[in-house]
Amino acid sequence: MFLVVLPFLVLVLVFSYLPLAGWATAFFDYKPALGLSGSEFVGLQWFRMLVSSPTQLQQIGQVMANTLAMSFLGIATSLLPVFFAMLLNEIRAPWFKNAVQTLTTLPNFISWVLVYMIAFSMFSTSGLVNSVLNDWGLITTPIKFLDTGEHVWLTMLLWSLWKGLGWGAIMYLAAITSIDPALYESARIDGAGRFQLMRYITFPQLMPTYVVLLVLSIANMLNNGMEQYYVFQNAFNKEHIQVLDLYVYNIGITGNSLSMATALGMLKSVISVLLLVTANAIAKRARGTSII
Amino acid sequence: MPKTSDALKRTRGDVPFALVNYVGFLLFALLCAYPFYFLIINSVSANDVSALGDIRLWPEGLHLSNYSQILQLDGLSAAAVVSVARTVIGTACTVLASAFLGYMFTQERMWKRSLWYRLIIFTMYFSAGLIPLYITMKTLGLTNSFWVYILPAIVQPFNIILVKTYVESMPRSLQEAAEIDGAGTIRTFFRIILPNMTPILATVAIFTAVAQWNSFQDTLLYITDQKLYSLQYLLYTYTNQANSLAQAAQNAQGNLGAIVSAATTQTPTSIRMTVAVLVVLPIIFIYPLFQRYFVKGIMLGAVKG
Repeated sequence: MFLVVLPFLVLVLVFSYLPLAGWATAFFDYKPALGLSGSEFVGLQWFRMLVSSPTQLQQIGQVMANTLAMSFLGIATSLLPVFFAMLLNEIRAPWFKNAVQTLTTLPNFISWVLVYMIAFSMFSTSGLVNSVLNDWGLITTPIKFLDTGEHVWLTMLLWSLWKGLGWGAIMYLAAITSIDPALYESARIDGAGRFQLMRYITFPQLMPTYVVLLVLSIANMLNNGMEQYYVFQNAFNKEHIQVLDLYVYNIGITGNSLSMATALGMLKSVISVLLLVTANAIAKRARGTSII
Repeated sequence: MPKTSDALKRTRGDVPFALVNYVGFLLFALLCAYPFYFLIINSVSANDVSALGDIRLWPEGLHLSNYSQILQLDGLSAAAVVSVARTVIGTACTVLASAFLGYMFTQERMWKRSLWYRLIIFTMYFSAGLIPLYITMKTLGLTNSFWVYILPAIVQPFNIILVKTYVESMPRSLQEAAEIDGAGTIRTFFRIILPNMTPILATVAIFTAVAQWNSFQDTLLYITDQKLYSLQYLLYTYTNQANSLAQAAQNAQGNLGAIVSAATTQTPTSIRMTVAVLVVLPIIFIYPLFQRYFVKGIMLGAVKG
């Protein structure tokens, strides 16, 4: 029985565990053409180089600031899906509720490439918004919404909200339907109005779900992914858009320093696992069950 | 919520609140839906008008020739084939593997079962990183190979958890009856378990298919051979590189011979919009139909967290 599972285990080993051997790259001056055996062993040189010169230090600092800023903005807005669900739940007409749900969750299922394409056709200098503003006589020169280094963190947040808010609320909407109706009944008998029901019954009942997701997002602080930032990246916003994952790609693949990128990625992986283990331990102590 | 005493409980604040609530959601829903509508009306409007950015609320000079012309673009039909192939083959492989592994990991007789299970689940929380993965693919000769789209995605820990939980909730007697009849583990899987798993497999399939269709990063990392570009990747290059787009527009024109009229002449805008619609249309059609499976998927995920 083990034998039939074996091919799949081999896949897991090859694609998830074998790459760990690639960490060795971080300790060599890796040249793809020569392979690891032909490359020179340099010890911790790359790790030292990450923090050696003031320019390098400044760059890493900016990348960390971007990474943490995007993560914290995400965490700061993580209550929005809760409110979205609570308010949508107050809508009486089922057809309206369903239509809103379908339309607002749709953006979650398109790729970031497509989101960027939409952003481009709406907000580029020849895009819809600029041409509408121009026709209304509000501007004479097009506003550079995309090719700018200003408000990058904020616009990235807004795009992730556009894409993810509706979908983020789905889980809370389902959680609301599983709240014991007796709670509402007794609160009503006590004279609670609509807002009091929301404030004292619905909201607290959603908190356990919220806390689990919050802890997970704290554990994933360094993992913003690179796709969103890669597609929106350009010469103007590069300084503020480069999060850790994108930076690793940029220096490793585009900039061709595979060893240094591996060193950085390795640090990231280790810290992420430590964060997850810590978050899990805290959740375990607080709720008695582990989240992973 | 029960509606019994709604009429009685309606206070003065309720009507303005409901109004604001309805209007708020209406606006946000429009904000979500309009961009899709915008792409569609632009792709079917006269190309000289759409290039000016004047198509905003409804199509003008309705025509569908963009869709037939777009296939003349260099590499577009190849990219469409790649995207469809990876979605179909990738989804089939992942669904079958998830079903099989999810079931096998419920079989207590398997040697060191929980060790292997943990080995797979652990990969959910940990990644060696982008560059080591890239080096691995290169070493294995998977860069510039179609299989880089399929093989790494076959074993999905999350799907295996979903299926395993589902099998565990199935009546035990189902399996036992099959075993008493002398069916082996594999036979039981194909004859009894698989046909009874369709709801969970539908959920797995729909998530996998969307992920495969939308995938962009693997092309970016592992593929330089233009024949293996996916539609997503092509759309990205069309959006971002005005030069390659203008070139594509010219080529499309050349391939068609004589230019018909300004309304059907390809412009960068018309190409971009039409390719975008091609990329998004399957999602728009499939999503509302299978919405309940998506919702179920996320709920099951929440249980296991």
